[in-house]
Amino acid sequence: MSNPDPISVFRTEAAELLEQIESGLLDLTRSLDDRDQIDAVFRGLHTLKGSGAMFGFEALAAFTHHCETAFDRVRKGDVPATHELVSAVLSAQDHMRALLETPNGDHDAMSASLLDNLHRAVNGAGSPAPAASLAATSAPAVETAVGMREWRIRFSLPANAMANGTNPLGLLDEMRDLGECRIIADTTDVPDLATLEPRDIHLAWDVSLKTEKPRSDIEDVFIFVMDDMALDITEITAEHPAALPVATAPAATMPKAVVVSEREAPAIQAANDSKQAKSAENVRVPAERLDEMMDRVGELVIAQSRLTQLAGAAADLGLRSVSEEIERLSGELRDTMMVLRMMPVASLFSRFRRLVHDLSRETGKEIELITEGESTEVDKTVIDRLADPLVHLVRNSIDHGLEKPEERIAAGKDPKGKVILSAHQTGGEVIITIKDDGRGINRDRVRAKAESSGLIQPGQTLSDPELLQLIFQPGFSTAQAVTNLSGRGVGMDVVKKTVEALRGAIDIVSKPGDGSEVSLRIPLTLAIIDGLLVRVGGGCYVIPLSAVEECLELSLEDDLRSRGRSFISLRDSLVPFLRLRELFRTGTQPDQHQKVVVISTGSERVGLVVDQIIGDHQTVIKSMSKLHHDVATFSGATILGDGSVALILDVTHLVAAGQHQEAQMRAAG
Amino acid sequence: MTAKILTVDDSASIRLTTRVTLSNAGYTVTEAVDGLDGLSKLQAGEYDLVITDLNMPNMDGLTMIRELRKLPAHTGVPVIFLTTESDGEIKAQAKAAGATGWLTKPFDPESLVKIARKVLGK
Repeated sequence: MSNPDPISVFRTEAAELLEQIESGLLDLTRSLDDRDQIDAVFRGLHTLKGSGAMFGFEALAAFTHHCETAFDRVRKGDVPATHELVSAVLSAQDHMRALLETPNGDHDAMSASLLDNLHRAVNGAGSPAPAASLAATSAPAVETAVGMREWRIRFSLPANAMANGTNPLGLLDEMRDLGECRIIADTTDVPDLATLEPRDIHLAWDVSLKTEKPRSDIEDVFIFVMDDMALDITEITAEHPAALPVATAPAATMPKAVVVSEREAPAIQAANDSKQAKSAENVRVPAERLDEMMDRVGELVIAQSRLTQLAGAAADLGLRSVSEEIERLSGELRDTMMVLRMMPVASLFSRFRRLVHDLSRETGKEIELITEGESTEVDKTVIDRLADPLVHLVRNSIDHGLEKPEERIAAGKDPKGKVILSAHQTGGEVIITIKDDGRGINRDRVRAKAESSGLIQPGQTLSDPELLQLIFQPGFSTAQAVTNLSGRGVGMDVVKKTVEALRGAIDIVSKPGDGSEVSLRIPLTLAIIDGLLVRVGGGCYVIPLSAVEECLELSLEDDLRSRGRSFISLRDSLVPFLRLRELFRTGTQPDQHQKVVVISTGSERVGLVVDQIIGDHQTVIKSMSKLHHDVATFSGATILGDGSVALILDVTHLVAAGQHQEAQMRAAG
Repeated sequence: MTAKILTVDDSASIRLTTRVTLSNAGYTVTEAVDGLDGLSKLQAGEYDLVITDLNMPNMDGLTMIRELRKLPAHTGVPVIFLTTESDGEIKAQAKAAGATGWLTKPFDPESLVKIARKVLGK
């Protein structure tokens, strides 16, 4: 298996680090002395610098170094964490992103000005910024070899060196590699067996070495232990004649010296290779591979349903049991696949902290962002597509909803406005709500605006929900002036369309003076759904099972009786219904026992009259061709076990159509 | 039998570089994402060399080295720490915690292999 490109791994990682740094900084804006966040930001900067330098992002590493240094000083208590400092690093953080994205771009001026800011934030105004550059690691001076020389090296190691991983044999081996070597161990300090601590080092060594290598190579052998050891390296010259290494020891102690000749077996050998440590590691997979796999699973589900159909028709019991097994397995595979595509909404919510921080500054409103249910998981595509609509909704809440602190105080509210982003799962849906405690939606202004733009007749009676729904009409905006935040043309209609494209629904509740709440109901997954397969005339259709409330029988008499007024009575409430046979103009006679499938979106219900309910169907959603792009009644198509195509009904649209029909009926009296 | 190396770093790119470099040099490399993960892997298996970052979330490198030295099976295992500083104070702290040696970041693959060879022997 080939390894991923380290640079692209680094880019991904750096982007995550930057997010982590940003999030830490934003937390610090709320509580400046949060040690954990100071540490987290420092660590993020530190890793970014270290890895950046490794992978050739020198400008990024050099720039980040200064921010890291600043945070290190905060961490150590040398300088206090101030809002200026946090802001300076926040802007610096944006610049790091630029340095990451275009490492070869011209960033010098920007870098210098940001560092200047940073420096002022750390050291107070007035003090000049130091020359900004990351000290290049100076290349060690290279000594050139000057022919064969002879050295005498005497050394002893700290007693605990072996416990700390230094293997004296390794050091001796390295010296042997340098040239002709004679090593004598000095055993003078080895205690009696009774008091000997076997893990400590009691020996000292005396080495004579003939080598062409420079002195620095000999020193390099001891690089890790040099600070704590006794080491003496002397060149043997005419002035310092080749005294015997053991000359210092009296002759009587000679037998104690041992010449190390044979290489001993390494002290520590790892014992068990097969005992692999088990670990839960994450694997990064490009999203398109997941999509590919999803397609394969989809095809498998289709093939499996054909198999089930064939097996059902055949009398072979063995075939049937295999087919059932495969049905079960492909169902499980489908579920596993779904889980793989799920991501916590935290990744969606996290980006709002910065947005809210920035908006708070721009608008002069005090805002607290509260997020709930961040661990709720949704299909990746949903996360990607919801980002923009949510930005719009949050902007709306802040721009139109929340009042300025003075107004809030006058209204007896906490001067700090709240925006609550929350997510939770119910059944096959995820509900994401954006709630604020602002002034709420001004009905009069909505009405005035709708009248002036011709959306409604002047004086037309509308229920409160209907009035609020006007906000989602194309071209509707109550903003008096187009501000930087909202009212830029990407209206609520776009938000609504996006949500509906995800087969979701949007609801809005607003109490004047108390704030507004927009909730998005989004199906958990998009690629495969459980559907109810029904027949209308000669064609099969799929109704998403998550929308189905119940199925009833509609006898021919009931059907005839209700003609003209398409309502059925369902437990004391009247539910309008649509005859799909008429809607699709099948031109066939209704079956003797037609069925009504009651579907709902939110609080609204509508019945669909079908000829036959065939049963559950695992529906792999295929999008319709561009030619059918604007067909409203159907949201997609699927392939049935026998290879024929069934269209998937667009529930939201049908409910709206049913309700519209009801309204017309009412109007007609 | 190839020597087994544990690389502990919160940076995926550094882990990747370390793993690829050392695998190419013939070592078996296992990755751990922070000190805590590293320690649990050390408790579960045996390693001939540990290469660890110092600044990591959950458990930093210094703490991990201290804890590692308390494990009877791992006294004597060489531990190399990666440091961006050539700051003597940090080195002294790490040595006191029980580290064997260090490697300064950014490092080139050759020096990493050289250090592995140095502490693991031939």
